Amino acid sequence: MQDLLFLIPALPLAGFVVLLFLGKRIGEPLAGWLATAAVGASFLATVAVYFDLQSTPEHERALTQTLFTWLPVGGLTVDLGFLADPLSVTMLLFITGIATLIHLYSIGYMHGDRDFTKFFVYLNLFVFSMIILVLGDNLLVTYLGWEGVGACSYFLISFWFESDANASAGKKAFVTNRIGDFGFMVAMFFTFSALGTLNYQQILVSSPSLAATTATAIAAMLFLGAAAKSAQLPLYVWLPDAMAGPTPVSALIHAATMVTAGIYVLTRMNPVIALSASWVPWMIAIIGAATALFAATIALAQNDIKKVLAYSTVSQLGYMFLAVGSGAYIAAIFHMVTHAFFKALLFLGSGSVIHGMEDEQDMRRMGALRKIMPITSATFIVGWLAIVGFPGFSGFFSKDEILLFAYEKSPILWAVGVVTALLTAFYMSRQVFMVFYGKARWDRPIEEAAPELAAEREAAGITGGHGVGPVGEIKPHESGWKMTLPLMILAPFALLAGFLNSPFVDDGKFLEHWLEPVVRFGEAHATSGTGVKIGLALVATVVGLLGIALAFVVYLKNRQDLAEKIEQPIMAKGWYFDSTISAFMDGPGRKAFDAVAWVDKNIVDGAVNGVATLVRDGSAKTRLVQTGYVRNYALGFAIGAIVLAGFILTKAVYS
Amino acid sequence: MSTALLASSAVPSAPDFPILTYVILLPLIGAVSTALVSRRRPDAAKALAVLFSVATAGLAISMLALFETGEAGYQMVVHATWLTDPDIAWSLGVDGISLWLVVLTGILFPIAMLASKPHGADGQDDKQYFAWLLLLEVGCIGSFLALDMFLFFVMFEIVLVPMYFLIAGWGHDDRKYAATKFFLYTMFGSAFMLVGIIATAYLHARGGGPVTFALPVIAENQGIIAVTTGRWLFLSFAIAFAVKVPLFPVHTWLPDAHTQAPTAGSVILAAVMLKLGTYGFLRFGLYLFPEAALWAAPGMVTLGVIGIIYGAICAAMQKDLKRLVAYSSVAHLGFIALGTFSLTTQGIQGSVFQMMAHGISTGALFILVGMIYERRHTRQIQVLKGLQKPAPIFAAVFTVVVMSSLALPGLNGFVGEFVILQGSFLTRRWWAVVAATGIILAAFYLLWAYQRVFHGTPDPENADFAELKIGEGLVLAPLIAIIVIMGVYPKPIFDRIEPSVTRLVTHIEDNTDYKQPRVATEGDEIVPESERRTPDSADQAHDTSGEAAADDQPSEGGH
Repeated sequence: MQDLLFLIPALPLAGFVVLLFLGKRIGEPLAGWLATAAVGASFLATVAVYFDLQSTPEHERALTQTLFTWLPVGGLTVDLGFLADPLSVTMLLFITGIATLIHLYSIGYMHGDRDFTKFFVYLNLFVFSMIILVLGDNLLVTYLGWEGVGACSYFLISFWFESDANASAGKKAFVTNRIGDFGFMVAMFFTFSALGTLNYQQILVSSPSLAATTATAIAAMLFLGAAAKSAQLPLYVWLPDAMAGPTPVSALIHAATMVTAGIYVLTRMNPVIALSASWVPWMIAIIGAATALFAATIALAQNDIKKVLAYSTVSQLGYMFLAVGSGAYIAAIFHMVTHAFFKALLFLGSGSVIHGMEDEQDMRRMGALRKIMPITSATFIVGWLAIVGFPGFSGFFSKDEILLFAYEKSPILWAVGVVTALLTAFYMSRQVFMVFYGKARWDRPIEEAAPELAAEREAAGITGGHGVGPVGEIKPHESGWKMTLPLMILAPFALLAGFLNSPFVDDGKFLEHWLEPVVRFGEAHATSGTGVKIGLALVATVVGLLGIALAFVVYLKNRQDLAEKIEQPIMAKGWYFDSTISAFMDGPGRKAFDAVAWVDKNIVDGAVNGVATLVRDGSAKTRLVQTGYVRNYALGFAIGAIVLAGFILTKAVYS
Repeated sequence: MSTALLASSAVPSAPDFPILTYVILLPLIGAVSTALVSRRRPDAAKALAVLFSVATAGLAISMLALFETGEAGYQMVVHATWLTDPDIAWSLGVDGISLWLVVLTGILFPIAMLASKPHGADGQDDKQYFAWLLLLEVGCIGSFLALDMFLFFVMFEIVLVPMYFLIAGWGHDDRKYAATKFFLYTMFGSAFMLVGIIATAYLHARGGGPVTFALPVIAENQGIIAVTTGRWLFLSFAIAFAVKVPLFPVHTWLPDAHTQAPTAGSVILAAVMLKLGTYGFLRFGLYLFPEAALWAAPGMVTLGVIGIIYGAICAAMQKDLKRLVAYSSVAHLGFIALGTFSLTTQGIQGSVFQMMAHGISTGALFILVGMIYERRHTRQIQVLKGLQKPAPIFAAVFTVVVMSSLALPGLNGFVGEFVILQGSFLTRRWWAVVAATGIILAAFYLLWAYQRVFHGTPDPENADFAELKIGEGLVLAPLIAIIVIMGVYPKPIFDRIEPSVTRLVTHIEDNTDYKQPRVATEGDEIVPESERRTPDSADQAHDTSGEAAADDQPSEGGH
């Protein structure tokens, strides 16, 4: 089994290579099926590895395979090697599993697109990179996957590159992520110079010798990397824009898999974080909590069905960072898994809605779709109840777990988490009510059904493009089986994944026992009594139900006045955070860059040309040297050189 | 005397066939033969020139087969006395530092020629164009192989003449200005180097050594030269090489020369000729004057880091696509300067690797920009738009090269830059951290340029941009393959670089009080057995982690 680990990344890589060179010939839909099969086979290989690990004793659960030496440079030797342990296998199971479903879904969603095969080329390359990220046995191989998924994300966000907005969003995602990659790289420099290795198992063994300052530097720089990749304040700005990509991409990359890479790396390096100064975990927890709350307030006022989910993703990732900062690595991974299921489900559901709504993405044009899209709406409702933490649904368990640890870290962090839970319940209910319930706003032309939206679009001059539906009446329809089947498979997982780590009985804590060997150095242990635990769970439940009830009143009882009070324009604009950065970059930032270029042209080069002009003018006066022939200049230089040589020689010899 | 020393550092079983002489002579014969072809047969001239350059490439690649991996000294040494007093010799040799540069030169010349369309009036001047290119190859390979300072200088200067004529004769609108600027700038640097060479040889003889220009002999006896004098001599070489690299602030000839040169000229200029400077720093700066190199290192790494940031910012603001690529070279070469003067084996190995990696990627970028110019007769970024729609394959190839240039792991640019940064971090921590921000800027200016040229909806002028032709694809395919192979499996390259670089660093350590920081190996020596984290001691390790952290890190923090 050990020797077959390479198959997990090799299969999607093979799919990528085949489609890259033969994709056009294979064509639609076979290319999509081939890509799906490649990832599905990878999933099966992961399942096999899982059972193999499961059958070995707890402390020997690590399969390694080294393919070849990647970088052999003096003391710096980095192998292209894989490490399958409980953490990486947990990640791989949901990555390859969900990716298979999303591949299948994409065959339906991308039907008829001019670049159908190219889409699957990128998707397979993405899955390959994501597997490398998770399966790598050292930081540098993880970094290979880390940048690989970043590049794929760039390709896929700017997939419909004809629109400038999409192209800019792709570039923004890559460049913002590069800021994080800088942190990741510096963390590697510190690790290598202190420990002489980048290998995870060796880092684990030798980390006790790390100085606290070095450990702090590594942890802080890794967090910078993680904050960019996992869209935390202040580097989250790329993720909402990333929704410009096709919806399956949003589901796969920008909700379920790639954005969790930051949590993964921090969990992987938990022994180092445990050794760092205490302000690093505090910073991680505070930024996580702040991001969770901040993004939730923005999600309240979004009208684009995907934007709501995008900010919701940022918010949920904040929860995971709150967990990591509180030392609750298992809770973070637990929430990552449940989130992957319900957020993939919600995104695919929204894609199904968009598809059925003839490409319309604005929720003000939807409503009452429940009966027309029965499968989509039923599964979407499961995802909704999971994310709001309805008792029994997966999000209930994983969110409670995080809130418990946050409470033990600091009641203030817990309070922020609870307020976020309230907002989450509110904005997700708002989405469900606006899309699936209430009155239909698509059965008439846009001016009648959604006058506000029509005016907005007219003012902005938007007449078409991706995400903008027809002006006239829309005839929604349920999507085909390729799109609904993944929804029906994901829904039970979103419902039941909470029982992976059921708090009711100690034997039910499967995930905790499974991950324990990997996180044993950094993991905090909850000390609260049962009474406190039940109390916290009750508060979270009540708050979730309250959010749903409030949304019910505002959006189903049509309290337009309340809605206007809640949906503040400043929140719709994301607190002007992103636009301030953009304004700064386009204004002073650009001017500063221009100034450097001006200096180069006029001062640095100007000095050279000035000297040249001086020489030429001087020559022109004496009219001796100015012949315009290079050979004369050369002669001049040769003479000069000889004179100089003579001068230095005399000095050197007779001094 | 010198022969004995040379032989001692050479592989005993050097082949009888003087392959190094032939790899220089072959393009020379090619240049002469091409010049003799009738004016009316431009196609024959091109075919002949390509034939000769392919044969040279064959010889260069066969050097790989003859090269003894694991051997640090000069190999395949050729030594023929030219003058006896002073001792000037036709002395050639190759080691791990020069090997890949010769291979790079051999590979790129035929590709540059095949990608060229000289566009002379009815092709009458074509043969000169190709003859100049072959003469350029003579100078480049000769410089990398010369083990005699005088011979090196001759080769180093030979390069200027064909490049001057290539820019002035076949360049773009502002070619005369650019060519003259290039020539004067470089001659300015060379003048100092000539002084340095003569003075070094003279002072070496005066100190009691043999009267010779043989590089290995002088390097072994470099202690003869007084410390202060050595520093002056180092500076005289450094000026020449700094102009050639180019380092900030003597880089301004480069954007003009690169932009105005014909495609093949730009390719060779960026890919090969800039490396004469970085190679010179290694072969003459560090090797001849280790004490002075150590003394100058803080200044040199600072110039390198300034180049990385400054070059990237200037690149971002260029309006001309070719000028943007030219400025990106300033940034990339800054990394090489940083690695070289980090004086660690990792940093220098990374630099040698990056010399080749940059050559391939930037060569490919210039070829692609040349193809855009041929189709659209403009290089202005703002006039180009949406080219990905009419030419998706062209755009895909361009994307791969851009990704290589912005150091995406898995492609060649990353390997070089990462190893350089990691190596410099050991001795120059904060320089390396600042330099690492260069990867953010590189992503910004390259992707922004890509977006403006390839993304968006093409207007009518750009809508029928021709897709990549098969011939063009065949020219680019080897470069793309090398970009991927160097990124995924660089081991064979590093295996051949490493012994020579280790020897160079040892040479510096032997002649100065510098000791490169020791890198811990695999954590074995750092953690006492009792403190290891094992599954059994998990709880204990958790409890005592605070105390364990109090021990300081084992590596020496630099000098």
